[in-house]
Amino acid sequence: MTATIARRLLAAIPVLFGLSVIVFLMIALIPGDPATAILGSYATPENVARLNASLGLDKSLPQQYLAWISGVLSGDFGRSYALNRPVIDIVTERFSATLLLAGASLVLATVFGLLAGIVSAVRQFGFADKAITLAVLIGISVPSFWLGLLLILFFAVKIKLFPASGMVAIYGGGGPLDILHHLVLPAITLALVATGVIARLTRTAMLEVLRQDYIRTARAKGLSERRVIYRHAFMAALVSVIPVIGIQAGFVLGGAVYVETVFQWPGIGAMLVNAISQRDILLVQGGVLVVAASYVLFNLLADICQTLLDPRLK
Amino acid sequence: MTAAAASSRDDRSSGRERRERPSTFALILNNRLAAAGLVVLCLIVIAALAAPILPLADPNATDPASRLAPLLSPGHLLGTDALGRDMLSRLVWGTRVSLVVGVSASLIAAIFGSAIGLVAGYAGGRTDQMLMRLIDLTMAFPYILLALAIVAILGPGLINALYAIAIVNVPFFARNIRGITVGLARREFVDAARLSGKGPLTILWSDILPNVLPTIVITLSTTVGWMILETAGLSFLGLGAQPPQADLGSMLGDGRKVMFTAPTISLVPGLMIFLIVMSINLIGDGIRDALDPRLRSGALARPAFRTKVAKGRRKADTDGEQEPLPADAGGVGLDPLPAGEGGNRYPPLPCRASPPQGGRSPSVGLSERSISPLEGEMPAGRGGFQGRDGDDVASDRNDNPVLAVRGLETDFHIGRSVYHASNGVDLTIRRGECLCLVGESGSGKSVTAMSVMGLVPSPPGVIAGGRIGFKGEDLADAPDRRIRELRGGAVSHVFQDPLATLHPLFAVGDQIVEAIRAHQPLGKRAAEAKARDLLDLVRIPNAAQRMKALPHELSGGLRQRVSIAMALANDPELIIADEPTTALDVTVQAEVLRLLDTLRRERDTAVLFITHDFGVVSEIADRVAVMYAGRIVETGETAEILTRPAHPYTRMLIDCVPVMGEPERRLDAVPGRPPAVNRLPPGCAFADRCPRVQPDCREGEIPLETKRGSLEARCLHPLGPGEALAGGADPLEARP
Repeated sequence: MTATIARRLLAAIPVLFGLSVIVFLMIALIPGDPATAILGSYATPENVARLNASLGLDKSLPQQYLAWISGVLSGDFGRSYALNRPVIDIVTERFSATLLLAGASLVLATVFGLLAGIVSAVRQFGFADKAITLAVLIGISVPSFWLGLLLILFFAVKIKLFPASGMVAIYGGGGPLDILHHLVLPAITLALVATGVIARLTRTAMLEVLRQDYIRTARAKGLSERRVIYRHAFMAALVSVIPVIGIQAGFVLGGAVYVETVFQWPGIGAMLVNAISQRDILLVQGGVLVVAASYVLFNLLADICQTLLDPRLK
Repeated sequence: MTAAAASSRDDRSSGRERRERPSTFALILNNRLAAAGLVVLCLIVIAALAAPILPLADPNATDPASRLAPLLSPGHLLGTDALGRDMLSRLVWGTRVSLVVGVSASLIAAIFGSAIGLVAGYAGGRTDQMLMRLIDLTMAFPYILLALAIVAILGPGLINALYAIAIVNVPFFARNIRGITVGLARREFVDAARLSGKGPLTILWSDILPNVLPTIVITLSTTVGWMILETAGLSFLGLGAQPPQADLGSMLGDGRKVMFTAPTISLVPGLMIFLIVMSINLIGDGIRDALDPRLRSGALARPAFRTKVAKGRRKADTDGEQEPLPADAGGVGLDPLPAGEGGNRYPPLPCRASPPQGGRSPSVGLSERSISPLEGEMPAGRGGFQGRDGDDVASDRNDNPVLAVRGLETDFHIGRSVYHASNGVDLTIRRGECLCLVGESGSGKSVTAMSVMGLVPSPPGVIAGGRIGFKGEDLADAPDRRIRELRGGAVSHVFQDPLATLHPLFAVGDQIVEAIRAHQPLGKRAAEAKARDLLDLVRIPNAAQRMKALPHELSGGLRQRVSIAMALANDPELIIADEPTTALDVTVQAEVLRLLDTLRRERDTAVLFITHDFGVVSEIADRVAVMYAGRIVETGETAEILTRPAHPYTRMLIDCVPVMGEPERRLDAVPGRPPAVNRLPPGCAFADRCPRVQPDCREGEIPLETKRGSLEARCLHPLGPGEALAGGADPLEARP
């Protein structure tokens, strides 16, 4: 088992490497002079020169990469020019908020997506199946930035149940309950699409599994339908749903951009949008790298879970 | 899937079935949701296209005097925004921009993605690897994040957002198209094109592209909604359309500033995005459903807990001895022959008003009995199940049958066709007796056996008629709870391929424990001890260790022993074994067979054994019933059937078995194929393949009433004792 996990970890290294190259190339790919792009068109020539030197832009690309990646690995992502702070500080601060939001959403999406998918498959062609199928279709078609507004207008403005923005109350907030209170609406908004996708694929996987011979065996043993469905069928279906959950982690991390903007959640998505508007390229670079790397790690985790669940995959 | 269903599926691909199939477009229209999506999308697209000629206000004309007008204001149907611009006009124009941008992004993604996929798939080797690695790498980024990074490089703006979304979607196309192309590149017509001297580009363009076009269209239909949504999203974030240019996303983003005072300004464009995306997704689903043959044939339907029993189920024998069913069938005297198989040795009886026995006859409707005379004369079921004469035979045996199936009809409803997989079958098995049900694949033997415990997948299976008597109880009438109690308890199963029939993720010991605890009030420990004993019983060495093994870690023979152990877990009275040795090596086959035979003799268990192999029959069977096209065509005691069969079909099946020491003996497969069981010819179903066929074979029902010794055959021109088939060993020549 340890060997399997180690092998998967090793396999992730080339992906992380490729990822870092692409993120590194962001600067090189900027049309025109990167330093000017980063500092803006009003930058003084000496500032441009200093930045060029600190970015090592006068060296060859591989040398630049080496310099950059060794900095990254030691936690040096450069400095944000707009905020005048080290990128690493901003990114870690923001990323924890995103991780909380995305994690909560993913948990919601997984729980409800799996449940809806199971019910839908078990009641195939029945009322529940049709209702869930339609709900899923709506769920994956709703723009999250619009849904967020709807939820704010209803739950925050109309019935004043949940706050409309932020992560903690400005006065007297900060406890876990306060954060939870602020988390509800954004987490639901962000979870919706992923829930739909997971429900859809769980339904398909369950239908596929329910036709298998071992389900007939389970029934032939005289097991209750509950046990047949929730143990025998579901465990087998889960094996093929887990990678989907992994992929949804990417959609949730990316979709956080919209939700954080709508709810003013102090996460990395909202930060990225601001940084892009302000052409704060180094901050964008650091943010993208951290989020992308965490996505890779999350998929790795899903991969390992899948192997643990289905030892045949070893 | 059962053999019968499999054979019927073959028939579906025949031309006849295809003609019934409506066109793809008709299928999409038939899908009400997809049709609704199509209508909505058409309306939106028409409005967006007609924007310049519609009587709309200038979308950019500001009018501070009438700013933030509410919905339905005079002159402003949808009100105005913070600058007093007409919302309706802005909505239509914004939709136009969003559609153009979204569709352009999709087309760019489709063109570049398909090109990459085509090249990678066609070139193969290094090029393929490199391109696909790159594609995989871009997919390692969270979807929207990559778009953001691209916008960060190119700078905000609508066109840049368009590029970003297009690039992000390239991998979807590249992957899908590559998959198809790899398959196509090895096909003959591509080789032919190559040999005719066409260059690779020409081949890609003129030979391969037309074949991948449908895939491109499907991928496009499933991604275009997303791309419209995502470009709108970038605009919403302020990274797409820049003022004064406006698409739906930027309208929403702008409206957000006055969200609390005038919510409609942001909600209306959002609603429009939702409508567009939803209608496209509905259409996309419709297209996918229409093009996915698996969904159409209903093959993806999940089987229910038990086979559906038709409401108006025909209960063939209505001559009064119907109830109580089985247990005393022996007493009532269907002997010495198994009642079912031998039911029709006399012409149909007029209904004898034999008294209902015991008065407990919940399954016999009054109406049924009252029409029975008629039914007695005209077989109620399809199987030629006719009245049986109770006085016919003296009850010379005291042991009652464990299983007494009467006139069983199991149908498969596939599309508009009904396949009579089991077509009026009678079976009787007594304690400790092994009955082999023999036939080619597709003969309905498995369906018949699986019908007993309602394990025929339903849909599409339906028990349309007959009764399934288990010790006096009609299982077709039994409530679900009773069925569950019997399954794995009094009646257990051993299936064909133990790799497929054992749960792949659970340790075999746990699976046996589960079977035990489903029926016995044992603690985990006690059940585990019992499971170990069972593994010992089926002679699995090292049982304690093997308990923890997963099915794939065991050999085929061991796996089947586990299945047998599981079947024995609750001391069943009847074991239904569906080709339990077919998937095994020959040597292992013999061992497993011997094991099963020993165990059932030790425990006096009745066995219904399904096989297509007469070699197996001779090893284990007490009696044999031969099935063909859903009916029993011959039945009798094993020795007699094996040596002196009366039915030509049985003879042919026996001739298929290789005999040790007779290498020069020809092994004749039975020529031809069984008829499709949804349109059986009149008369003998075997007539077309029978070397002894006569004209009268094709006229009317042939009852199972030709007797010789213990044999009964459904044949008008049976073989004499020991007689070989006409035409010697080559029935092919003798075919009509």
